[in-house]
Amino acid sequence: MKILYFAWLRTKIGVATETVDLPAEVRDVGALVAWLKTRSPKHADALANSTVVKVAVNQEHVPYDHPVGPGDEVALFPPVTGG
Amino acid sequence: MTVKVQSEDFDVGAELAAMTGGKTGIGGVTLFVGLVRDMAGGESVSAMTLEHYPGMTERQLEAIEAEARERWPLDDALIIHRYGRLEPGDQIVLVATASAHREAAFESCHFLIDWLKTKAPFWKMEATPEGERWVEAKQSDDQAAARWTKPA
Repeated sequence: MKILYFAWLRTKIGVATETVDLPAEVRDVGALVAWLKTRSPKHADALANSTVVKVAVNQEHVPYDHPVGPGDEVALFPPVTGG
Repeated sequence: MTVKVQSEDFDVGAELAAMTGGKTGIGGVTLFVGLVRDMAGGESVSAMTLEHYPGMTERQLEAIEAEARERWPLDDALIIHRYGRLEPGDQIVLVATASAHREAAFESCHFLIDWLKTKAPFWKMEATPEGERWVEAKQSDDQAAARWTKPA
C-alpha cells in the first residue's frame, strides 16, 4: 500500500511517501493509523493526536471506519488550510 | 466550468473576459480573489508556502464545482488556486461564477470559497520573525462551510 504524508505530518515523519506491506488484520483507516504509529517514534509522535490527522483513500476524504486494502492510495494530512 | 491548480499568477481581467466573451446570456459575474496578508495571529508574515496533493486537489475542486452547478443555474464557474511560495499582496485564489441573475452568482461564489477552504487539500506554511509555522485550520471555516450543508 502506498502512504502519502502532507504538511507537518510529512516534516515530522521525515518522508513524503512510503510503501508498506499491510498486516492482514488492518482493514480500516483507524486500524491503519494505529499500526503506522508503531513503525517509528517519529510516526508515533506525528500521529499521536488523531483528531488532527485527516485521511483520504484514493483521493477522497474518508472517516476512520472506512475500509482499506493493499491496492489503495492512502494520504494522511492535517486539517486543510487552503483558500 | 474550469479548475486550474498552478504556481503562476493569474490575470483577473483576462479570466473574466475569457469567461464572459460571446456569452450574452450572462447577467452577472461574482469574483472572489484571495490575497496573502502580511499579518497573521499578531505576527508579521514575510512569505507563505502552499503545499497541495496533486491529483486529489483537482478532483476535489471539480467535485465542488459540479455541486455548485447542480445547486445554482450557472452559465460558468472558474476556480484557480495557486501553490508554491507567495508573498504578501500576492493572489492565492480566484473563484468566479456567472449566471443570468446576481443571486445565483453571489451565492454559488460564496459556497465555492467556503467549501474549498474545508475540502481542497492545501496547506499553508507562513514565514514569520519567529520562524516558519504551519497554519492551523480555523473552526470558523468549518462553521462557514456548514451553513451550505443541505438538510438531510
